[in-house]
Amino acid sequence: MSELNLTDVAKTYGNVDVLKNINLDIERGELIVFVGPSGCGKSTLLRMIAGLEKITGGTLEIEGQVMNDVPPAQRGIAMVFQSYALYPHMTVRENMAFALKIAKMPSDEVDAAVDRAARILQLEPFLDRLPKALSGGQRQRVAIGRAIVRDPKVYLFDEPLSNLDAALRVATRIEIARLKEAMPDSTMVYVTHDQVEAMTLATRIVVLANKGIAQVGTPLELYETPDNEFVAQFIGSPAMNLLPGVITQTGERTVVKLDGGGTAVTSIPTDAADERKQVNIGVRPEDFHPVESNPIMEGIVDFTEALGEVTLLYFAAKDGEDATIAKLPGVQKNMRGQTVAVSADPGKVHLFHQGLSMRK
Amino acid sequence: MRFWFRRVNWPRNKGPTMPGFLKEFFNRNGIGMGAAILGLVLFWTIGLIILPQLSMLDFSFRPNLPPPEIGGPKDVYTLENYKYLIYGPEGGSQSYNAVDLRVFFRTLLAAVCVTVFNLILCYPIAYYLGQSKGNHIRIFAIMLIIPYWINEILRAFALRIIFGETGVLNTLFVGLGIWDTPFDFIRNDIALYAGLGYAYILLMIFPMYNVIESLDKNQIEAARDLGAPWWRIHWRVVIPYAKPGISSGCTMVFMLSAGALAAPQILGGPSSLWFTQLIYQQFNDNNDWPQGAAYAIVLLVTCILFVLAMMRLFKVNMGDIGK
Repeated sequence: MSELNLTDVAKTYGNVDVLKNINLDIERGELIVFVGPSGCGKSTLLRMIAGLEKITGGTLEIEGQVMNDVPPAQRGIAMVFQSYALYPHMTVRENMAFALKIAKMPSDEVDAAVDRAARILQLEPFLDRLPKALSGGQRQRVAIGRAIVRDPKVYLFDEPLSNLDAALRVATRIEIARLKEAMPDSTMVYVTHDQVEAMTLATRIVVLANKGIAQVGTPLELYETPDNEFVAQFIGSPAMNLLPGVITQTGERTVVKLDGGGTAVTSIPTDAADERKQVNIGVRPEDFHPVESNPIMEGIVDFTEALGEVTLLYFAAKDGEDATIAKLPGVQKNMRGQTVAVSADPGKVHLFHQGLSMRK
Repeated sequence: MRFWFRRVNWPRNKGPTMPGFLKEFFNRNGIGMGAAILGLVLFWTIGLIILPQLSMLDFSFRPNLPPPEIGGPKDVYTLENYKYLIYGPEGGSQSYNAVDLRVFFRTLLAAVCVTVFNLILCYPIAYYLGQSKGNHIRIFAIMLIIPYWINEILRAFALRIIFGETGVLNTLFVGLGIWDTPFDFIRNDIALYAGLGYAYILLMIFPMYNVIESLDKNQIEAARDLGAPWWRIHWRVVIPYAKPGISSGCTMVFMLSAGALAAPQILGGPSSLWFTQLIYQQFNDNNDWPQGAAYAIVLLVTCILFVLAMMRLFKVNMGDIGK
């Protein structure tokens, strides 16, 4: 049975649609990550699940029960806020015990729950301190602890790492991944704009765009078989190159004559009816490799970025065209001003017609 | 008031840091500007606040003498004026100055009531202003501020029009048949409390609004998420956070109510004197400046001690008040 079930969920503010037709089933034990560009409604969707934002259409079910109008505390969820939302005048212990005291749990049980959570999160030495005496990472752990003590069905994380500095973010990300492994039955929904967090933590990623779900899938599914150009370009960095062209040959393999002059072969099969269709091929920068002949794309390098492990080449066939990016391994010196010709394996060439993948 | 609180940078630990703080102050502002600012602040605090108060303090310990005898042999320090407040005139019929003492304590009690009443009234307003967003908040704030352009006397008399025996409220309620005879708001001090409360609403709202505005909305949402009912959110989350603003507002309202003159004069019932009115009578009608100064000093010191005691009771620091 699915833990969390969204059916045709919608959100409108006045006449403005923020989200519509959200359909999603989340299984027990999954860690679902919502990603999307800022303003796509990912936090709003999370807050609707939490009960902090009214659901204006559709139904939300948790363990089969409709939760649309149930107050937050009775949904069996616990939310971890971006700003931690710890209470500055309460000690770590009081912060963590807050919900249990409200629920009138006997104090020995409260202590036991807080101690258990503190042990999991290694917060035992800090239980009697105030939040202001803790580091950002420790505060984050207290915020998570406040959720753990309630033993919720679903954990909701709203960009929990975005207030941490880069080094701490990586460490805390790994802690969250470990925490998830230690609690295999708990379901988590996690909002982030950081695709590395999404790729590393998620059981499945939900990409939100244009008021709806662009694609749901495991991290590698989204990377390897994006359903549409948006997801193709959103997942992966730098973004996938899209090159326009026309299908000239169909069948097991499809050949696309590109507007830039090159020819691309993809292992995505097409029907005879697809011939002459205007398409975009998509190639990730890391899938390009230099070739002597039959390039997909040829151009003059006008900018490079040497990252050590890889070198990014920005090149264009003609001046003024959008740069195409290739990511070549290792250090590539003196490439600026040179002409490069690149191609990619047919298995790595994506094919989009009217924004949607032609993969069946 | 607030300007002064901000400008004066209380040295946290005295001694060796003082020159460093002064040096930094001059470095930042330049010698000329720095000296001008410092000079003005010192002139203000010392020349306009401390020295006049000291001379009042001096007055309060001297006998009330006709001008020729001032500086003469009879002009010696005495506790007479303070004794008067407690024991009344020498050879009086009562062993204590019951009339003045009763006025004194009633004034303090009434000021406490006005403060509590204002706090209860203003907290929801400050919370609403602090937690909502949008242009209507600015309009709301302007609507709160504009009445203060009208001078205090006019405002007080306007309240008389509302609360008077033939005033708006009595006409309305008697007309509706809710009351048979006009209710005497003035004699029952309701007009006075309303007038004092109204006079200091802003001083209560704005310090609280300042603090509540900076409260992270997530803290309230987290409390909802954690299952707290609304009253508990306020009791356990908002009020503790707003404590500096609440104490700052309460202190100001209490001090100013206890020291108010116009509102008690105009809105007070005939039987209820405010202690400031006694002070005024001493200065003005009796022409007894030393006695008036002694009464004023007693009021000031008692108010300060009371506020300090309250601050200790509610665990508020002096630093919080300046926030």
